Amino acid sequence: MFKTRLFAGFIIIEVAALAVLYLSAASGVHLKEPEMSLKRSMVRAMKLTDIAFWTEARYTRHPSQADFFAPFQDFPSSVDHFPAGSVVPPPQIHGAKR
Amino acid sequence: MKGHGRIIEYALSTLARRKFKNFSVAAVFSVLIAVLSSILFLMHAYKTETLKLLDNSPEIILQNMSGGRHELIPTEYIGTLSGIAGVGQITPRYWGYYYDSLTSANYTLMAFDETMRDVKPIDGRMPAADGECAVGRGVADLRQVGIKDDIFLTLGTEQNVNLKIVGTFTANSAILTNDLVVLTKADLIKFFNMPADKATDITIEVNNPAEVSMVARKIRRTFPDSRPILKNELLRTYDNIFNWRGGIVLIMFFGAIAAFMIFVWDKATGINAEERQEIGILKAIGWETSDVLQLKFWEGVVVSLSSFLTGLILAYMHVFYFHAQFLAPVLKGWSVLFPKFEPMPYIDIYQIFVLFFLTVVPYVAACVVPSWKAAISDPDSVMR
Repeated sequence: MFKTRLFAGFIIIEVAALAVLYLSAASGVHLKEPEMSLKRSMVRAMKLTDIAFWTEARYTRHPSQADFFAPFQDFPSSVDHFPAGSVVPPPQIHGAKR
Repeated sequence: MKGHGRIIEYALSTLARRKFKNFSVAAVFSVLIAVLSSILFLMHAYKTETLKLLDNSPEIILQNMSGGRHELIPTEYIGTLSGIAGVGQITPRYWGYYYDSLTSANYTLMAFDETMRDVKPIDGRMPAADGECAVGRGVADLRQVGIKDDIFLTLGTEQNVNLKIVGTFTANSAILTNDLVVLTKADLIKFFNMPADKATDITIEVNNPAEVSMVARKIRRTFPDSRPILKNELLRTYDNIFNWRGGIVLIMFFGAIAAFMIFVWDKATGINAEERQEIGILKAIGWETSDVLQLKFWEGVVVSLSSFLTGLILAYMHVFYFHAQFLAPVLKGWSVLFPKFEPMPYIDIYQIFVLFFLTVVPYVAACVVPSWKAAISDPDSVMR
């Protein structure tokens, strides 16, 4: 039964490692709660509306503030220049068949 | 229980006989799980953090539209807006974009207002007088400047401003402030040459959150050329963005997923002659069909469960300890300024269960089903 014990030991180690990682994630979130609270108050105080991820174009820096047709607004039929333009899915148009 | 133990022992011996093949399968399986889990972990972590943060955004942001484009909004609207029932605090925002040709990066310039005075995640302080500014960590690193250094911004001969840095936003707030330059309202208006009676947009708080959409409708009726953006829409946008982005990354790995599915399908639709003969011998020496099925079940469980757990551990380490090194270029796009990947470890157990049922269960089934076909056949004909 040596191999069975070896396999059981391997699975127990992996499950234990995952449990430790999960607990460390939970405690990490808990420990960072004061930091999150500061960032939340920052959003409120500075009236921020978007995250500073994609700074390559205005419609990717502030996707929530962009025009409905922002990726194509620079000139007629212009294609989307920026890879991050793909971050926003096409809007759901009510009543339109897709 | 003892019987199960012996079958597991035999299953492990069977796997060890074809160790190169089984090890390769386990390695590919682990990498596939690691890739899929990395995408799910990263997107879920950023989505959760973003939604938690932006839940504190203003209830309504009012933009002025002209010719279908965002236009500066007259501040005289504020008087009319404050007369609408249910409207709380109204604040004009002054902000804009600046392309820095020196570093080829875009900054977001924002005017300081008194509510920002006590913002905490900052080394130094917020600007108090004209000619001062606070910058995000990304701007400070890119321009290689710090507190007490000067930063020069120019839009031409007339529109330029030399600012003394009095504060830098901390690195852990980079997700919000990485590209920000906060300067006084007078400096910003002068720099962008904005008319004195206009703002970029107006934020509106609503006293009763249940009345937000009604207030927005009233605003729309009062100012037909305006576009009220609700906080709910803003949160929905980010929910979509991360789901969409995650979907796109998953599609990029579709080839790997498809290859694995073909492999599982190939396994499910038939077993090779050697395996068939082995089943025949086991049946001939007295194994029941159920014993053979248990054997194949355990073979599948050993490979898929150990690969699944290994893949999950690799994904966790990749995303939360190694800052998603392999996925970062996909998410970054062409952004010159991009905050360091340090997602908060929010984990959705439901996603892990879904991944388990979509990978481990089909693999185990693919091991058991063809063996069942062979196990119910006559041992003599199977061995031949």
